[in-house]
Amino acid sequence: MDIPSEEYLLKCSSSCAGCSDSLTLRYVLKAAGPDTVLIVPACCTSVIQGMYPQTAFNVPVYNIAFGAAAACASGMSNALRALGRKTSVIVYAGDGGTLDIGIQALSGAFERGTDFLYICYDNEAYGNTGMQRSGATPLGARTTTTPSGKMDVKKDIDAIVAAHSPPYMATACPAYPRDLFQKVRKALMFRGPSFLHVLAPCPPGWRFSPEKSVELGKLAVKSCMWVLYEREHGKLSLSSPSRTAMKKPIPLEEYLAPQGRFEGINAETLEALKQNIAESIKRLTAEEAGG
Amino acid sequence: MKTIATGNKAVAEAVKQAQPTVIAAYPITPQTQIIEQIAEYVASGKLKSRFIPVESEHSAMAACIGASVTGVRTFTATSSQGLLYMHEMTNWAAGARLPIVMANVNRAISPGWNIWAEHTDSMQERDTGWLQVYAGSVQEAYDATLMAFRIAEHEDVLLPVMVNLDGFALSHISQPLDPVEIGDFLPPMFLPHAIDTQNPAGYGVLTGPDDYFKFRWDIERSMRDSVKVIESVQEDYARRFGRCYGFTEDYCCDDANVVVISMGTLGKEAEVAIDMLRSEGIRAGSLRLRWLRPFPEINLEGREIVVIDRAYSFGFGGILATSIRSRIKRDLYSVIAGLGGQEVTYEDIADFIRQRRIGEECWFGVNDHA
Repeated sequence: MDIPSEEYLLKCSSSCAGCSDSLTLRYVLKAAGPDTVLIVPACCTSVIQGMYPQTAFNVPVYNIAFGAAAACASGMSNALRALGRKTSVIVYAGDGGTLDIGIQALSGAFERGTDFLYICYDNEAYGNTGMQRSGATPLGARTTTTPSGKMDVKKDIDAIVAAHSPPYMATACPAYPRDLFQKVRKALMFRGPSFLHVLAPCPPGWRFSPEKSVELGKLAVKSCMWVLYEREHGKLSLSSPSRTAMKKPIPLEEYLAPQGRFEGINAETLEALKQNIAESIKRLTAEEAGG
Repeated sequence: MKTIATGNKAVAEAVKQAQPTVIAAYPITPQTQIIEQIAEYVASGKLKSRFIPVESEHSAMAACIGASVTGVRTFTATSSQGLLYMHEMTNWAAGARLPIVMANVNRAISPGWNIWAEHTDSMQERDTGWLQVYAGSVQEAYDATLMAFRIAEHEDVLLPVMVNLDGFALSHISQPLDPVEIGDFLPPMFLPHAIDTQNPAGYGVLTGPDDYFKFRWDIERSMRDSVKVIESVQEDYARRFGRCYGFTEDYCCDDANVVVISMGTLGKEAEVAIDMLRSEGIRAGSLRLRWLRPFPEINLEGREIVVIDRAYSFGFGGILATSIRSRIKRDLYSVIAGLGGQEVTYEDIADFIRQRRIGEECWFGVNDHA
């Protein structure tokens, strides 16, 4: 499948150097095409659009309050379908707007079978306000509100979404753009709600050098700290980069070492993270095998 | 055909006539019957709307916002805690210039947990940019709802409208209702800034001080322009359907020495009090405020004023009394009455007028007229 050359994210965006949110968005919009409306709650994407009266996006973007994106999509999707339009309605939200403040609206919209795609680009913190902890911040990561490392594990939003039985859900990472592109295309073919959870390595937040965003995404997948898969009508299939990685994951330290946020992580927390990874590999492999 | 209906049924009936494309709502006492009735109309095909049974009031208004910006007619209804929970999004609806219509069944704020009539809920919305009308009867709740769509969607307004009716005192009271055959009273909605994928634009993007300030002024300018729109819609309604409404409903004010000002069902009750006082030779009048936003012109030169407030701004005063005082530039008698559904009869209102002490404030049943 060829990735179209059309650009819907223009060159004047005000994202940080090495921003994988904008990289993700670029592929999402290429996959979705021009008949698309984005609904964006408060997050980094509200900033990278640029400032009124300009916009860096070549599709309509409806900015909405932090906790309201999925509900707004319910209204918009219903209205567009009532008007007989096939326009793709995509919520494009950060991890805060998805796992924390927006989870009620997300749950409601999925339970009601809203015809839309919900994309959570996950940089594992509140990036827009300067890197405070979110429900998606992993155990041991330092943020401005967990200065000595987060004490709690990352909230399993995928399990929560899966419990709503959407026809399609998947994980992705812009370090694997073709995989991301294909998953967006596929998600938009389903009627009803679909969900895409995208790991978006964040140079200032994770404290790594901006040219390493793609590399960090690959290390996340190779270490199995981030697993690429899709779940179609409940049936799980691992995506090939993760299927390969799971056979022999690279040491977790290789993924953590370039990141300032894991600096000084203690042995006990490191062990807990490794344990989580081992469990997740076991669980997902068993699920895929139908166990 | 004339019928008997509750205030809630009347609102639902008006919504059926207006045929919004999308209705999103969450149930709350005493508003529940409105959305139950609407759900029934939708289920039976009498109403061709998409009804979205959302999981909260915050989401109800967010869904209306998402729908409205595609250019379609939208409606929701709420009350009390629901309206408070929705507050972030009511601001959004007005700031985004979306002509959403909402019925709010006025109810007290918790704690203590109280489901009865009070105006504190909608009064707390007065600075959001919503137009607000208060009904005094079942018929008026119906008529105001229909007119609300036309006013909100008018190109000179494009602001949301809240139709308020007193919890239980109006929402659950049965009165005669004469529904109209709407004909072309409501033109198709046209939203100049509707979402258009052929012409992509950013909505609500980061906005600097100068542009933001202009947007705020635009809301105020439309609020001022809405006065003429409301007048003309109310006149057209009178022409078509024979029922005549103003910004205020004046009762025996022309030759009055003292005028009592109130809103909602208490304003209707006050008219009975005026009849009684007139029979005793007291030249009293009543002025019922129908619109709170935009705030009506009030000309009561030379009369003493008694204001009954069903809401309060703690540490300051009755909200309606404060507003009236700032407009008429003189003192009045401020009565706080009917909070949490406290019973206030026409005899009580007559007492407020008889025993008025201009310049003072009285909490009915607490420090006077007990």
